[in-house]
Amino acid sequence: MTDHTIADRTQPTPAAAPAKGKGDGTLLRVKDLCLHFRTTRGVLQAVDKVSFSMDRRRSITIIGESGCGKTSLARAILRLLPRNVHTYTGEVYLDGTDVMKLSDEWFRQQVRWVKASMVSQAAMNALNPVLRVGYQVAEPLMIHHRMSKTEALGRAREVFRLVGVPEDFLHRYAFELSGGMRQRAILAMSLITKPDLIVLDEPTSALDMLTQANIFNALKDIKNQLEVGFILITHDISTSSDLADEVLVMYAGQLVEHSLSATGYRKPLHPYARGLMASVPTLREDKKLEFIPGQPPSLINPPTGCRFAARCPQRFDRCDRDPPTFEVGDHQELVKCWLHAKD
Amino acid sequence: MANELLLSVSDLHTWYELKKWGFFHAGYVKALHGVSFDLRKGEALTVVGESGSGKTTLLKTILGLAPVTAGQIVFSGQRLDGKVRAGWLRSRVGFVQQDPYGALAPFMNVRKILEEPMLINRFGTPAERDQRIREVLEEVRLLPIADFLPKFPHMLSGGQQQRLVIARAMVLRPSLIVADEPVSMLDASVRVEILELMRRIQKAHNLGVIYITHDLSTVRYFSERVFIMYAAKFVEKAGVHEIIHNTLHPYTKALLAAIPDPDPENANRYRDVPAGEPPSLVKPPTGCRFHPRCPVKIEGLCEVEDPPAFEPVRDHFVECWLYKA
Repeated sequence: MTDHTIADRTQPTPAAAPAKGKGDGTLLRVKDLCLHFRTTRGVLQAVDKVSFSMDRRRSITIIGESGCGKTSLARAILRLLPRNVHTYTGEVYLDGTDVMKLSDEWFRQQVRWVKASMVSQAAMNALNPVLRVGYQVAEPLMIHHRMSKTEALGRAREVFRLVGVPEDFLHRYAFELSGGMRQRAILAMSLITKPDLIVLDEPTSALDMLTQANIFNALKDIKNQLEVGFILITHDISTSSDLADEVLVMYAGQLVEHSLSATGYRKPLHPYARGLMASVPTLREDKKLEFIPGQPPSLINPPTGCRFAARCPQRFDRCDRDPPTFEVGDHQELVKCWLHAKD
Repeated sequence: MANELLLSVSDLHTWYELKKWGFFHAGYVKALHGVSFDLRKGEALTVVGESGSGKTTLLKTILGLAPVTAGQIVFSGQRLDGKVRAGWLRSRVGFVQQDPYGALAPFMNVRKILEEPMLINRFGTPAERDQRIREVLEEVRLLPIADFLPKFPHMLSGGQQQRLVIARAMVLRPSLIVADEPVSMLDASVRVEILELMRRIQKAHNLGVIYITHDLSTVRYFSERVFIMYAAKFVEKAGVHEIIHNTLHPYTKALLAAIPDPDPENANRYRDVPAGEPPSLVKPPTGCRFHPRCPVKIEGLCEVEDPPAFEPVRDHFVECWLYKA
């Protein structure tokens, strides 16, 4: 096994997946995942043939503009689907098991909130106003692990300490907590079953700068202390660098670049990723900001060739054809762009 | 550009009354507490603060949407004290809202949206109005104009919607634009475009602009002066370069430390920020409002007495006892 997950994406997946792949360093492997929605105007390709993999205890961050399919990808991985699904195909290996083959009920009992949990956007508003916060945080243990209430509340006390919520907040109601504290409580809820994977969908975008920095400090603590992998989904590129070992860039429903954070933030490979990084305002260094003219294509009838071609400053003839994913560089970065074709 | 004074705010207080059961008086939310500044024509200034610090209340008070409890606002030589006709003020102040989609009526097309303010303010003849609509659309680069005129807001992208909101704010030729987080709802790649557009319009028409944001990193691309707001007060006022490179107030320091630049090294270090939350504005702490969270507080002084504004460097004001002369 190499150090970086990026490398083993090209290796074939084991046919008979071992149920407990603890020895295997790969936590999550997604292959050709598609999630298309039915709309009145046609089929919307929110996630189109996305493949990537991540190791245990790594944190990857998925960045892209709004409407590029980041949240849909997270929902597809955790099978939290809305009703208008048109196509939902591909393979998702979590801990060596292809969870796409499991029935919905089995998935709910054995995977969701047991192996993988999610902190969704503005999750702090998702707390039940008539239940005490401690009870809500402890609830997954009572449901999934059949724990007694006292035992579960004891565990809740531990995770509260871990995320930095005072223990007496266990007995409070959601409205008695500030936004930052509520978000921490949700984070505690996602940690309580000791999952291997936590998906954070814009965990701090509704919070203030100082609160956001405090929560990211807590996330770093958790990452250093526990055996947990993070998928961080955000459009805030500066903040995403706070918790990134690897960077995945999405554009118009597709994954266009997957690289280590050193490459991803300093010298990205895909022209879109370059434009995106150049548009981020920085506080400390003086740089000329650039922007990407135009707007992303509609996902209902996306262009047949490269989806970024219409806005790309470096487009050429080949861009009319859909580029495959190329492997480049020392760390086997993956990039979906003809510029990096090896002829 | 030695320009005339456009807006002068002195010792402004805005309090909202709290009521118990909708009837009994239950105290005040002191959303603005002694705020003063001057804005000249053609000058842009930024107010930075966290949510609940009172920055939106400041805008609302200037727009006449919130009461002036004490202090005064003088705009274009006219004192705003409730006797000024709302129409007089609103035809001279343009407002750019935070959420463009929420700010645009979904049942009106682009032409109607831009014509509405002119109809209300009885601006020109139909031909002149049409001419003005084309001018502002040209100015915000919603081109080709003929394509955009019949469109409804939902047919526009987020960036285009925000351009339309800017066009609407511009349509009556105001002398002051107030913008409440105009780019916070937009994607990074269009944010810069909108900031540059606002900057260009401001320079071209010699407008005064008050730009409100929570994101310090966009400030340097927009204005010359920055005011940092914490718990209903300006704690630090200075030029952009000065505030970033010679930060004085402990709160501003924390705010700067909290803002990351995209750097892969960030994953390996913690951010040096104080814990806690901003205080309640119903019962603010005594003395300096930042003292419960302040890492360098002076015992026996900071929690007792409210610091006045000191000026340790020319044109750099800070409300903190550390800089007592």
